[in-house]
Amino acid sequence: MASQEILREEPSRASFVNDPKVRSIFFQVLVVVLLGAGVWWIVQNTIDNLARLHIASGFGFLRGRAGFDISDTAIAYSSDSTYGRAIVVGFINTLIVAGAGIVTATLIGFILGIGRLSRNWLIRKICMVYVEIFRNIPPLLVIFFWYSGVLAVLPIPRESINLPFGSFLNQRGFYFPRAVWGDGSWLIFVALLVGIAMAWFVARKARQRQMATGQQFPVFWTSLALVVGLPLLAYALSGFPLTFDFPKQSTFNLTGGFQVKPEFLSLYLALSCYTAAFIAEIVRAGIVGVSKGQTEAAGALGLRPGSILRLVVVPQAMRIIIPPLTSQYLNLTKNSSLAIAIGYPDLTATAGTVLNQTGQAIECVLIMMVVYLVLSLLTSAVMNVVNARMALVER
Amino acid sequence: MKHIAIGILGAAALGLTATAASAGTLDTVKQKGFIQCGVSTGLAGFSAPDDKGDWQGIDADFCRAVAGAVFGDGTKVKFTPLSAKERFTALQSGEVDILSRNTTWTINRDTALGLNFIGVTYYDGQGFMINAKKLPGVNSALQLSGAAVCVQSGTTTELNLADYFKSNKMEYNPVVFEKLEEVNAAYDAGRCDVYTTDQSGLYGIRLTLGAPADHVVLPEIISKEPLGPAVRQGDDQWYHIVKWTYFALLQAEELGITKANVEEMKASDNPEIKRVLGTEPETKIGTDLGVSNDWVVNIVKAVGNYGEMFERNVGSGSPLKIARGINALWTKGGLQYAPPIR
Repeated sequence: MASQEILREEPSRASFVNDPKVRSIFFQVLVVVLLGAGVWWIVQNTIDNLARLHIASGFGFLRGRAGFDISDTAIAYSSDSTYGRAIVVGFINTLIVAGAGIVTATLIGFILGIGRLSRNWLIRKICMVYVEIFRNIPPLLVIFFWYSGVLAVLPIPRESINLPFGSFLNQRGFYFPRAVWGDGSWLIFVALLVGIAMAWFVARKARQRQMATGQQFPVFWTSLALVVGLPLLAYALSGFPLTFDFPKQSTFNLTGGFQVKPEFLSLYLALSCYTAAFIAEIVRAGIVGVSKGQTEAAGALGLRPGSILRLVVVPQAMRIIIPPLTSQYLNLTKNSSLAIAIGYPDLTATAGTVLNQTGQAIECVLIMMVVYLVLSLLTSAVMNVVNARMALVER
Repeated sequence: MKHIAIGILGAAALGLTATAASAGTLDTVKQKGFIQCGVSTGLAGFSAPDDKGDWQGIDADFCRAVAGAVFGDGTKVKFTPLSAKERFTALQSGEVDILSRNTTWTINRDTALGLNFIGVTYYDGQGFMINAKKLPGVNSALQLSGAAVCVQSGTTTELNLADYFKSNKMEYNPVVFEKLEEVNAAYDAGRCDVYTTDQSGLYGIRLTLGAPADHVVLPEIISKEPLGPAVRQGDDQWYHIVKWTYFALLQAEELGITKANVEEMKASDNPEIKRVLGTEPETKIGTDLGVSNDWVVNIVKAVGNYGEMFERNVGSGSPLKIARGINALWTKGGLQYAPPIR
């Protein structure tokens, strides 16, 4: 402090109070201290009150036996598993529904967004009506619409609707045959991997050739043949090891096969439909945001409309689309917590049950908050990487 | 700078002590002029709003009885409907003064959750209900392997269900909802084959279904469900008032004191009745408890005795028509027993 005062021309007393540097440090320290004191007060108050009310605290309860069952479990879980595992089961269910929802919402959203710019009047209007309806209804209502309005009015298991390929639809969900992989079926998976690797290699080579010579190569059909053909060949060679377990009637339900429960189905459909409406608007904005001159210039170069969209418009539109798309993905993930209204065992539901069975409210809510926070930050991080790769490369 | 920091810390510490040393529940209740009572979101016979929006049922009446003891007026109660998941937090945080919500008394709730159950206002057990029309030939819970079972999350019911199917080596498919209405709707819509909850609850829920006659309650009772009101730990005075309100209801029934004859009974020569009703000269029973000496008179005037409360809400005077069974007084072969009021 003293060295600064020597450098100044004004009298030291006046400068100390009026010095913007000193002031800014003072106020920053003040804010930090206030914030720290606030946090300290809240934490102390909580600890104190918990002790006063004789409520147990700490995270040791996570190792206790859960004692309750969960309907949808992606990993092994029974009532003998721990509370911690119950929360993990819920977390995985959240990941599944959010992941499936994001993929479907993106697909529907892109189709709708491009459809809204179609030259065909009917397609344009249908897409507009869809977007306006789903964008303006709360997501919870969309979930109830699917759960109580569509899936609950399906027939009882005894009168299931027969669908092709031995699948059934009834109010307990959608049943389809489950693939049973016999001996030697590993060959099929190896063939699939080889096919994908070869397709990637062919695509690379074809691009290099096009860059060098301008000659084009039918990449799409070759890749399709490799990815589908090779596994089929392996399937035939290994002696058709794949069989199917078909759903059958039993006393209460259909047994066997694979069951997609209505809770998952309605949540997944609702989140996809709802978010797709927003993604459609983002996609439309992105495409409209690309200057018309780009399309005209590409046309002047002799590109066909399809190529113009694929090679000129979409790459530029993606730069506008990706940042708001990220926040829609985050919204979808967070909206999946509405699962609790229809009894899908996602993170909020299972952690809520754990909360109630153990009474560890603060700990359980803390776990939920941290998990959703980490999940959202991870999604953002991934999308930021994608965005960086899509960004305009300035030369 | 330093002074400000010390000042902040001092203020925070003050705030801390102020929160820690909260007033007793009785004083708080008297100050606000009513009891905040946590009830269910609607379970016929226990706590459910009637067509005028007034809460009816044993659990609701129990809170009125406490209001009678504290204020001499059974109407000074406000009800907070709570889901199974919200109930304990609502009581712990002081949002309600009594949790009277068909809640099972367990050791975990008495210890780790920081609650004190005051007694058992209804001895119940968990049962199963099925749609007999859709499932002809099922007449025992042991035939339920493979069924989809509707259950409310975060209840002892959910745990007993898992234990029962596991110990009988049966499979089931849980369909779990947070709110009672959601479970009712899912069961009524046929989403699950079986509904499980406390047996008294099943009878109440059956009345609310689309076609009550189609549904039967299976004979098995798979657990002990002693239902009773709970209060927070650390306030003995309030705990005693609520606990002895319950005992007073039982004692009144045992002595034959009813809502109709309580005024005449005040003139009785029977020393036990005089002691209970506070007509004994120089009595201190009521004031020692923290209420007026005619507290039992006020309780009975508010809701009648335990027997009247039972018959009106779940017994012969109600659509549920549940027999007293083990909920009869000990003198009649039941489990309801009150320590002496003296």
